[in-house]
Parts: sequence; structure tokens; C-alpha cells
Amino acid sequence: MAAPVVMYEEEYGQLKGAITRLCADANAKFVFLVDKNGQQIAAHGEMLNLDTTSLASLTAGNVAATDGLAHLIGEQGFPVLSHEGERDNIHISIVANRVILVVIFDERSSLGLVRLRVKRVTAEMNAIFDAIDRKVDREREMGFALDSPFAEITEEDIDALFS
Amino acid sequence: MTFINYASREINCKIVYYGPGLGGKTTNLQFIYDSTAQQAKGKLISLATETDRTLFFDFLPLDLGTVRGFKTRFHLYTVPGQVFYDASRKLILKGVDGVVFVADSQRERMDANVESLFNLEANLKQHGYELTKLPYVLQLNKRDLPNVVAVDELKAELLRRDEPVFEGVASRGVGVFDTLKAVAKQVLMELRKSSGG
Repeated sequence: MAAPVVMYEEEYGQLKGAITRLCADANAKFVFLVDKNGQQIAAHGEMLNLDTTSLASLTAGNVAATDGLAHLIGEQGFPVLSHEGERDNIHISIVANRVILVVIFDERSSLGLVRLRVKRVTAEMNAIFDAIDRKVDREREMGFALDSPFAEITEEDIDALFS
Repeated sequence: MTFINYASREINCKIVYYGPGLGGKTTNLQFIYDSTAQQAKGKLISLATETDRTLFFDFLPLDLGTVRGFKTRFHLYTVPGQVFYDASRKLILKGVDGVVFVADSQRERMDANVESLFNLEANLKQHGYELTKLPYVLQLNKRDLPNVVAVDELKAELLRRDEPVFEGVASRGVGVFDTLKAVAKQVLMELRKSSGG
């Protein structure tokens, strides 16, 4: 099994700060980060009752399908996707080669503004994900994740989940 | 690929239900959805054709509860079983933590089972995984139908290692949770291993 993706509190706080700022700067309704496998990382915005879990898995499916299309025509990928609706629009871009940044916006913003603000925040996010990678590597070099909650998991713990 | 979020104290794992077309992958998810308490599940998403054949994937997020203070969430996916959707199947296997192979026990589907299992192994390989090293469960579905192949014969054809095998009638829920539990258990034990436990 591939090594787990890890998110630490310190970097989570930085990412949350970055998307909160992006949401304000781009006049967006909702901004969220999801990994390429469809797991939601962080979200910020005003859209109540939004099913973010479904949004995350469909976004990842969408990006994966579009990447597949790109490869078919000899492209590396389409790093930016944009969907235009009657009221709301979605801007999707790839950060640090493995994370998807989604911005939902309406007529209070514009595609140009969103693109500009996304570009600015991308460099900052790349640095945060690099820092996470370094931290994970350090832990691996030490042999294992020191504070992993799973090192001592028992069969009884797992059975209890299904009781 | 398991996602461990220390900030929100959550762990997310991805399980993929694989197998030949019309074998009961979506029915497994549907049963889990129907028999799970409202607060433990998200929406069941089906990207299907007008005739209810899976077009891209079905998706069901499931909260199993808390392990060592971490909320444990499983994301269940199915793949489209029909042969010509191979490109989509490949995409869905990306980042998988555990696989359930739902075999159709009917005699006339034997070839389709074998073909789909080969396809699973080939597609996993492209992502750098090996079926023999991944948390994996075999479900022999549709045991209630009249023309089924004997369990031993199915095992002889489809077993790849010492994986757990469950007989199922997914439409009535038989074997569905046993299958899920067996794969989830392997995924979590695998996490223990990778944490040095």
C-alpha cells in the first residue's frame, strides 16, 4: 500500500489561512482544497449545506477524466479547468502537482480576477506542501511516524467500529 | 492512498469495488447505503447511464466511528464493469487502499470474472500496485441464482492468494457487510504496519 498522505496542524492552519484570503481577495463564494484522490483537505466560504464530500470526489473524478483526455491528445494535462453556469461558476486548478484548488464564484467576481488571485496563492501553497513533504520524509527517516494513532491499533478497536 | 489529517483528526481510506458488468458492485453500495444510519453516511452518488449502468463511478462516503481519537471514514467507489470503460476503471483505482472483487457466480459469467480479474491486476500494475500485496477481498455474489458455479470451482479460478472469501446475495444484503468489514480491517492493519506498529 502506498504511504499515507499526511496533513499536520501547523500546515493545515497555513493552508486554511491561504484559502480564506483567496476567498476574500477573489470575491469568491467558496474555496476548497481536495487531493487528487478525492479527499477534502480544507474549505472556506459562505455556501451553506454544500455537500463538500461529494464535491471533492466529483472534482477529483473530473480532474482525472480531463487528465486522461489530455494524455490521449499528447498533452501532459490541463492544469486549469473552468465551468460556467447561469449563476455560479467553478474554477479548478492544480497546486503542487497533486492537490486541486477549487473556487466557486458568481457575478460579484470574474474569471480574470479569480485566475489572477489563484496564481498568486499557488506559489504560497506549493511552499506549504513542500514543507509537509519534508516533515513526512524526516519522520520516515526516523523509522516511523512518531505520533501515529495507528501504531497501536488492535483488532478489538477495528471490531468495535462495526459493532 | 490513505489521508491522515492531524488537524481535523480524521483518516480517510479509499475502497474500490471491482468486477464484471452486472455483477452487483453498485448493489453492494446501495445495500450499505440503505442499511446505514443517516449520520454515518454521505450521499450515494451514481454516475450512471439512463439505463442505470455505471458510467464512471458510484461513490459512498461512510463514517465508521472513532479509532484512537481519529474519525475513521471510508470512501467506497465502484468502477464501471463493462469492458469498454477501461480508461475510467484505471482512473478510479488511483490512490486505492483496498479492493473488493465482486464475482458473478453464474456459470455463463465465469469468463467475464476471469477477464475482469486479469484487467484488475493489469490496471493496478499501471499504478504501481500489486494485487497480492494490497488489502483485498473476494466476494462470490448471486449465490441465490439457480445456475451458479460451485464455490470450490470459483475459488480455484479466482483466488489469488489467501484472501478472505465471502458468499453473497448483495440484493438481500447477504455477505455485504462481512465483505466490507474484512477489507476495512486489512486496510487499518496495513496502516498499523506502515506506522511501525
